[in-house]
Amino acid sequence: MALLEVRGLSAGYGRARVLFDVELELGAGEVVMLTGRNGAGKSTTLKAIMGLIAREGDLRFGATPLGRLEAFEIARLGLGYVPEDRRIFTALTVAENLQVGRRAPRPGLPAWDEARVFALFAPLAAMKERPGARMSGGEQKMLAIARTLMGNPRAVLLDEPSEGLAPLVVRQMAAALAELKRAGVSVLVCEQNAQFAARLADRAYVIERGTVRPA
Amino acid sequence: MSGSALLLQFLNGLAGANSLFLVAAGLSLIFGVSRIVNFAHGSLYMLGMYVAVWLAPATGFWAAVLLAALIVAATGALVEIGVLRRLYQAPELLQLLATFALVLIVRDFALWAWGPQDMLGPRAPGFGDAVFIAGAAFPRYDLLLIALGPLVFVLLHALLTRTRWGTLVRAATEDREMAAALGVNQRWLFTGIFGLGALLAGAGGALAVPREPASLAVDLAAISDAFVVVVVGGLGSVPGAFLAALVIGEVKAFCIGYGYSEITLAVEFIVMAVVLVLRPWGLLGKPLPAPRGAAAVEPPLGRIDRKAALALACLAALLAGLPLAGDEYTLVLATDILVFALFAVSLHFIMGPGGLASFGHAAYLGLGAYGAALLLLRAHAPTEAALALAPLLALGGAALCGWFAVRLAGVYLAMLTLAFAQIVWSIAFQWDSVTGGSNGLIGVWPAPWLASKSAYYYLALLVCGIGIALLWRALGAPLGYTLRAGRDAPLRADAIGIDVRRVQWIGFAIAGTFAGIAGALYAFSKGSISPETLSVPRSVDALVMVLLGGVQTLTGPAWGAVLFVWLQDELAREVEYWRAAIGAVVLALVLVFPRGLAGYLKERFAR
Repeated sequence: MALLEVRGLSAGYGRARVLFDVELELGAGEVVMLTGRNGAGKSTTLKAIMGLIAREGDLRFGATPLGRLEAFEIARLGLGYVPEDRRIFTALTVAENLQVGRRAPRPGLPAWDEARVFALFAPLAAMKERPGARMSGGEQKMLAIARTLMGNPRAVLLDEPSEGLAPLVVRQMAAALAELKRAGVSVLVCEQNAQFAARLADRAYVIERGTVRPA
Repeated sequence: MSGSALLLQFLNGLAGANSLFLVAAGLSLIFGVSRIVNFAHGSLYMLGMYVAVWLAPATGFWAAVLLAALIVAATGALVEIGVLRRLYQAPELLQLLATFALVLIVRDFALWAWGPQDMLGPRAPGFGDAVFIAGAAFPRYDLLLIALGPLVFVLLHALLTRTRWGTLVRAATEDREMAAALGVNQRWLFTGIFGLGALLAGAGGALAVPREPASLAVDLAAISDAFVVVVVGGLGSVPGAFLAALVIGEVKAFCIGYGYSEITLAVEFIVMAVVLVLRPWGLLGKPLPAPRGAAAVEPPLGRIDRKAALALACLAALLAGLPLAGDEYTLVLATDILVFALFAVSLHFIMGPGGLASFGHAAYLGLGAYGAALLLLRAHAPTEAALALAPLLALGGAALCGWFAVRLAGVYLAMLTLAFAQIVWSIAFQWDSVTGGSNGLIGVWPAPWLASKSAYYYLALLVCGIGIALLWRALGAPLGYTLRAGRDAPLRADAIGIDVRRVQWIGFAIAGTFAGIAGALYAFSKGSISPETLSVPRSVDALVMVLLGGVQTLTGPAWGAVLFVWLQDELAREVEYWRAAIGAVVLALVLVFPRGLAGYLKERFAR
């Protein structure tokens, strides 16, 4: 059985419908890529799954239907979310940002703590006390992923991890993603840069005008 | 003033700053996390005072302070759970309205529980005497307060920066949605922060008991002081609140020390105005992020088409026939309704299409009313001249306040307009020799040809009818369109050559002038005028009328006024605690129709 199952998902903003009958699955330990053009509905799909926008459809995580849950409840089930625009708490330091994301470890999975996320994203270890406002875009992106990992998620919705980053940082990001896969975390990753995730992804979906098809 | 007297004034200011800080810090914290401006925060402060005075004989002073703070904290938490929790997705204005409804309810509760008399509290045991500083007596208790302010500040700061709870609060202050996506349950965070804010307000009130008596007017006085402090310090910033409380506390102390207690509020306002012009987000505040998804695009206002014009003409004819059918009471009520319809339409002019929600619109109604009364009684002008010239005073006030107001937006604007209205009120209330102080002015009767109720009703019908027609017409004219452009897309409006601030300023002045016309009519219809005419509750009445009718409709606010004035008249006759009743009605409306009555109807029938 898939860890995350999405059936007939439709969502939008106000009167504008963006998603129509989106269907996708994410298996345990899988890395699945969701690709598509700008404005096709990639980010909207992730937000809708996470309960950040109003949506309709049949969504399940493990055995739990997500339909009536709020975002914080979905996060507590073990579904992490890393937004495209990072949304670091700029008034908080790196350590404090991680603290906000911290949740109890899940049985059967190795726990994420500060030491472990710093091992994954070495640059962050050197700036524990730095406020989020004084970090570069790449550093913020790392922190956003690290912050979500602190919640010990079983799966992560990762929105555009490579967008706007320098090639060197993109490579670091790819390495981190590979590490996540080794650690057994399922990842649904949105990418416009197909090359970035293609090597790591087990499968891919293409989203076009709000509808998904397997690649 | 000698050196030692200066020192004493300075210490006085520090002592006063303590309670200012306690109230403002709570207000600021609550706003930071929930984005709700808690109008009822002054009421919580008042509740703290009353509860402390009430408990002190039984429990002793210190236990009473502690218990009062805890009781008020529990009240705050309950209010969050029962009312505000349902409103986090509602428009900002409705949230403010709901908290104002709480003000009315708490005030009537205090009236019911403790009566209308001011209640003197006990002195603090062990701190009842004076110490001698530089040769002058200074209350020992005030020294305690001076020490307490910084202590509370340090504790609050530690709570916010050294605990996980504080970290979560700061995270939610910055980005609620992201905090939720990380698994933070904001419900308890919000309830907790509301309880904490209420605790601070309650403690502030209880600690103020040895310095001033508990009275029913404390709530609005405390909230307008707290608004000034929070705006000067920066919304959501606790250090800002601390700094601003010191500044405002000193300003107040020195005004009173030099014998100018009447102008205290005016000086506060000047401090606030200067700060807002130099640093629009307060001394230590940060620009607010645009509320996510709040600015829904509204369809244009309806127009008065041929059919509607015909219907309105029929209505006018019907109204013209009223003196033939109705008794005097009906005519007086109808005159009231006409006056308030003009008042509500003038507020809607600036608030709907202009997007500038003024929380002190009664200031201009009051300026018009006082202008008319003063012209008649002090300058012995004829009725006609008084009616014609009085609105100019309102124009002046609106031009002054508007000049600052159009530089702000959202809650800052609401607070500035409210503070301005509170200042106008305090001038009317305190300047005995000119305005008659709390008694107001009596004998404001019109010339003999207008003395009969029906003659005056015709005048009101004519003036208000023309006024409302002009305002509605202006909204369909280029001025109205540019106002709307400035509301919906200020940058784009700017880019096509509209001087947005100037247009808004003109709109604000026009709205104030028409409110002044309504005020002048009001003064002569009542024969007397009191500071209540321009009090904050009156401003909120206008907001209720507009929101009741529908802020995104053209004629709605006029109907809102009709409904509201009629309802108030009925309630005031039938119900003893009618303020609380109005509060309850408003609360019910806001909770049942979080998108406004008109929005509800639109949604209901658009499908």
